[in-house]
Amino acid sequence: MKSHLSALAIAATLSVSALALSGTAQAGATFDGVKQKGYVQCGVNLGLYGFSSPDDKGKWSGLDVDMCRAVAAAMFGDAEKVKYTPLSAQQRLPALQSGEIDILARNTTRTLTRDTANGLNFAPTNYYDGQGFMVSAKLGLKSAKQLNGATVCVLPGTTTEQNVSDYFRANKMTFKPVVIEKNEELNKAFFAGRCDALTSDASQLAAIRAAEVQNPNDYVILPELISKEPLSPAVRQGDEEWTNLVTWVFYAMVQAEEKGLTSETVDGAMTSADPDVKRLLGVTAGNGKALGVEENWAFNIIKQVGNYAQSYERNVGAGSKLKMPRGQNALYTEGGLMYAPPMK
Amino acid sequence: MTNPVQALNSARVRGWLYQALFLACTLAVAWYLVSNTLTNLATRGVATGFGFLHREAGFEIGESLLSYTASDTYLKALAVGLLNTLAVSAAGVVLASVLGVLIGIARLSSNWMVNRFATLYVETVRNVPLLLQLVVWYTIMNRLPSPREALEILPGIFLSNRGMKFPVLVEHAGHGWVLLALVAGIAAAFAVVRHGRRRREATGKPFPTLPAAIAAVLLPPAVAFIATGAPLAFDVPALAGFNFEGGGSVTPEFTALLIGLSVYTAGFIAEIVRSGILAVPHGQTEAGLALGLSPGKILRLIILPQALRVIVPPLTSQYLNLTKNSSLAVAIGYPDLVSVSNTSANQTGQVVEAVAMMMLVYLIISLAISGFMNWYNRRVALVTR
Repeated sequence: MKSHLSALAIAATLSVSALALSGTAQAGATFDGVKQKGYVQCGVNLGLYGFSSPDDKGKWSGLDVDMCRAVAAAMFGDAEKVKYTPLSAQQRLPALQSGEIDILARNTTRTLTRDTANGLNFAPTNYYDGQGFMVSAKLGLKSAKQLNGATVCVLPGTTTEQNVSDYFRANKMTFKPVVIEKNEELNKAFFAGRCDALTSDASQLAAIRAAEVQNPNDYVILPELISKEPLSPAVRQGDEEWTNLVTWVFYAMVQAEEKGLTSETVDGAMTSADPDVKRLLGVTAGNGKALGVEENWAFNIIKQVGNYAQSYERNVGAGSKLKMPRGQNALYTEGGLMYAPPMK
Repeated sequence: MTNPVQALNSARVRGWLYQALFLACTLAVAWYLVSNTLTNLATRGVATGFGFLHREAGFEIGESLLSYTASDTYLKALAVGLLNTLAVSAAGVVLASVLGVLIGIARLSSNWMVNRFATLYVETVRNVPLLLQLVVWYTIMNRLPSPREALEILPGIFLSNRGMKFPVLVEHAGHGWVLLALVAGIAAAFAVVRHGRRRREATGKPFPTLPAAIAAVLLPPAVAFIATGAPLAFDVPALAGFNFEGGGSVTPEFTALLIGLSVYTAGFIAEIVRSGILAVPHGQTEAGLALGLSPGKILRLIILPQALRVIVPPLTSQYLNLTKNSSLAVAIGYPDLVSVSNTSANQTGQVVEAVAMMMLVYLIISLAISGFMNWYNRRVALVTR
């Protein structure tokens, strides 16, 4: 009994001193928790080709998966230190809120409600998307404005259900939704002709067409994008260090593209004379300390995961089945929206 | 009862004490769970409360018994979902009961074919997961031809992968009178049945109850229909744009869910009916035969009253199961309560509230069904002396 009591007393003293120190030395709970357990618990899509899908050996890949790998590379110097939690659209926010995952990289649209009432923080957008419509080429439609009276297949539990209602209301048209929770069943219903149109983020429509249609020309994605869908990784509110790290991990990938650093060339760039490159790669120290990680954090990201362009092309761009053009996801210097703030 | 120790030894007092202690513990646990949840939600900056119910929902619902648009509130959207759940459950209970009784009796048939077919049905349906069955029915619905190649199964009735479209009666002032006459006719039929029974009990003379009751139900509406000038105009569905316009329709989602739930539950009901009938000793039938009763009368007056006593309680739990299983609707796109609640929860982020409301609503539905069935059970139960 006595030993129990003294153990309790020691524990109490320790926690009091830990509390006293927390103002200065301790980072937020998530940051410390991740560091302590030695891996990043990452919430991903159940399977969305190009963003996060497992291969036949169970190895995950995709644009969102690269985000998780980059965070692990920055934190531990090893992009493999990630564990994945596949989540449905409806499970994803509660999973993050409850602490089941450390970061949600699951093609999630950044919205005001999620940022505020749902207790989340968003890292920079890693894919600018918009909601579109896919229809059978046989219908001969040229525009979404011709969809009056159509039946539309919708995936539930996302912003898409509201967007499509808003769009039809704004254009004084009507439609009948068919809302099916499981992706496979929804796609089957659409391809069987239960619906005239399938609506989702344009990238998802392209992914579905690439994965499930024999001849992709049988289906057309209509030109109108009816919403802005800035897909962004999310973290819980209340841990600035963790939010900062995830934020700047993404910027590091964009900055690497701006400076032309790839996983192949980054070794040679260590001797670069460019002060921006020296700071990014940790040759000039400071950035790593500010984020609470090793100085070579960005080097590890670029070496092991690649820059943003490499990740994009490999997963959703020319190197993938999706073949999505860079469009608004290009660097700002090429007319896109990708822009890394100064990393100094 | 004078001193507290004695009181403690009394079974009644102890009973109350334990009940009270148990209640207190339950309340304490509940209070802890609720307050812990609220604290955690607050520290994580998640909004709580039911204020969101009065905000604009902003999403459409595929089929609705109320007039609903995307500009209505979340509360109304949830009401639409609830009505859809009740509609498919009510139709399912009726259909499953009819099918279940038929199959249950068929299993007792002396005809080898009928008997084996019923056994095969029961064994198959009970052992394949319901979700799988629903997906199969839905796939079948989706395999129907597209609206432009719709099958016209009867004049004006079209079957396509958008569902069944059928003509509906165009409303007319006379229809109100016909409906009123029908209600009056049903009331008259009850009076006729009661009169017939009284007369039989008093005089022992049989009374043609069934024909008289049918006449009482059908005659007044027929008279009213002719008197108002026989208003019969139909709104016939016709192809327009993407789909049929006009007429009434049953969606593939509703149909698939209704068939799936009914076929599945009927397998269980059939077994309940069979065991209920078998529970009545064969001597009862023989006694009826000895009295010279017809087989129909033996079933109606002797077997069923005794069998019902065994059947009703397990039947209640099947009705409850069917209602709860209707929540699988979300897998095949029927907008039931769960589907609408999930959408609302995801758009507002208020998952705890949405789940709590769903739990409460299903609890109320279940209690209502079992309350009704218990009342019915007490009515049909044998009174033993």
